[in-house]
Amino acid sequence: MVQKGQWVEIHNIILKPSERAPQVPEDTKKVPLEMFVKGFLQHDAEIGDTVEIKTLTDRKVKGKLIRENPEHGHDFGKPIRELLEIGPKLRVLLKEGEDRG
Amino acid sequence: MARDNSYEAVMARNNEIMKKAVQIDYSIYETGKVSFDYEKMMKETGYTLEEIQVIQAQSSVGNTPLIELKNLTKLARKLAAPGYGAKIFIKDEASNPSGSFKARRAAVSVYHADKLGYEGVIAATSGNYGAAVASQAAMKGLKCIIVQEVYDSEGKGQPEIVEKGRKCEAYGAEVVQLTVGPELFYVFLRLLEETGYFNCSLYTPFAIAGIETLGYEIVEQVKQREGKPPTAIVVTHAGGGNLTGTARGVLKAGYPEVKIIGASVNLEGLHMASDHDFNRKSFTTGHTGFGVPFATWPDRADVPRNAARPLRYMDRYVTVTQGDVFFMTEALAQLEGIERGPAGNTSLAAAFAIAQEMKEDEILVVQETEYTGAGKHPTAQLTFARQQGVEVRTGDPADDKPGERIIIPEHPSMIKVKDLDLNRMRTSYIKNCIENFKADQLEEADLKFLAEDTKTDIDFVKSVLEEE
Repeated sequence: MVQKGQWVEIHNIILKPSERAPQVPEDTKKVPLEMFVKGFLQHDAEIGDTVEIKTLTDRKVKGKLIRENPEHGHDFGKPIRELLEIGPKLRVLLKEGEDRG
Repeated sequence: MARDNSYEAVMARNNEIMKKAVQIDYSIYETGKVSFDYEKMMKETGYTLEEIQVIQAQSSVGNTPLIELKNLTKLARKLAAPGYGAKIFIKDEASNPSGSFKARRAAVSVYHADKLGYEGVIAATSGNYGAAVASQAAMKGLKCIIVQEVYDSEGKGQPEIVEKGRKCEAYGAEVVQLTVGPELFYVFLRLLEETGYFNCSLYTPFAIAGIETLGYEIVEQVKQREGKPPTAIVVTHAGGGNLTGTARGVLKAGYPEVKIIGASVNLEGLHMASDHDFNRKSFTTGHTGFGVPFATWPDRADVPRNAARPLRYMDRYVTVTQGDVFFMTEALAQLEGIERGPAGNTSLAAAFAIAQEMKEDEILVVQETEYTGAGKHPTAQLTFARQQGVEVRTGDPADDKPGERIIIPEHPSMIKVKDLDLNRMRTSYIKNCIENFKADQLEEADLKFLAEDTKTDIDFVKSVLEEE
């Protein structure tokens, strides 16, 4: 159970595929327009329940509870060998006075 | 009675909602069938340069350092013909409170919202502008909602946009995140109606006027250091505000001869509203997917008359590849000791190539940098690109194919700019005006306006009309 007051994320379908704007490309027309909003849970609930949250601007928003204490999962990724080669190459170029390679 | 919140009903209320949310009556500036009095609109609804300097100083925005890129200049000169290789400077806009030049726009928009008595502000943006508005709103104690397009239908978030969302939350803003699609605007309108907040549009006169200080500062700083103004300024071009505001600032400094060069990352072939293509690009702004449509039809913006009108000021428009920009982002860190975000380095990549066409005694300014961090970093973007099936390898950037292949240049001499045909874009803009305004017979005011808006003359406009 997710307790009242917990920081959570909710999900809503805003437009079903059939309701999408006419100018939308074919692949996008096949999928719904979805919305994700975070806030403080207003009552105890289970993941998957329709719940109400209070957002950082004090808006009350309803939606399906999908995540408790949602984290930002983004990172710096993996080292990229193609980028690691650039620094040493440029330092040599600068020092040795080499022109076009 | 409950409001009809269907897509069609809300979109039909667009003008009414916007009028309340920006409080500008655009109709009073209309002068002909397609024309409007741009300068009058900028003057009456905006702020003077001096007023903006005060507003920005109060929120610690602007007066960013201008850094000479000594090693990159040296490198460019090694690759250029004897006597060629302009001195390159970069304006370190990452040192603004929210980490990008967008703080300049947001400072004025949020100041204006506060002055008009709004309780909060909203901006629809997946870019650095969201963090800028959130940061400025935090300073003024206003509430803030940022609406972002961030996920594809599989729920995968573009790393750069996920980071920008985190940053908005760090300033206390509510972030509403959406999957791909232009109907973001519908959600945006509903939020404006629900909250009654001010629309911190990127395209109002105050948002554009906020960037004029950037162009002005560049000229003043270069003059102070070098005893003369810059020869040219390279501006990363997307929605057009950056280029328009900078160019207007240069003009206000009194130097119409300074060339204004727009630069975008080439994303040809990728559809901006495609669920499939969305996560196959490594740049979410500063690319041709915004740069070309906003130049050829600026009034596609969220306000009736866009104050960002890039073709009015652009002397040249070039593209670079995603790989070129990642290379130069790495070069900036490795040779100059300045680590900045990739999207902001689009103009740097272009400048590195353009400097080699210019004489040694000429000065080229790269007009911005942006902050870097998790997600907003070449390693994050390239790791993500590989996960999406995009090939990343070292080679000749001429083999670049947006969405399929990112080529990291094997040698800096391979970094080249590709010129887009400005006259073709101007022609396309004029045709779009006629089509979108359903204007058959143009009046004298229209011809004059179209000439000004394309930086051409009446004869050019007439020649386009005769082609019709």
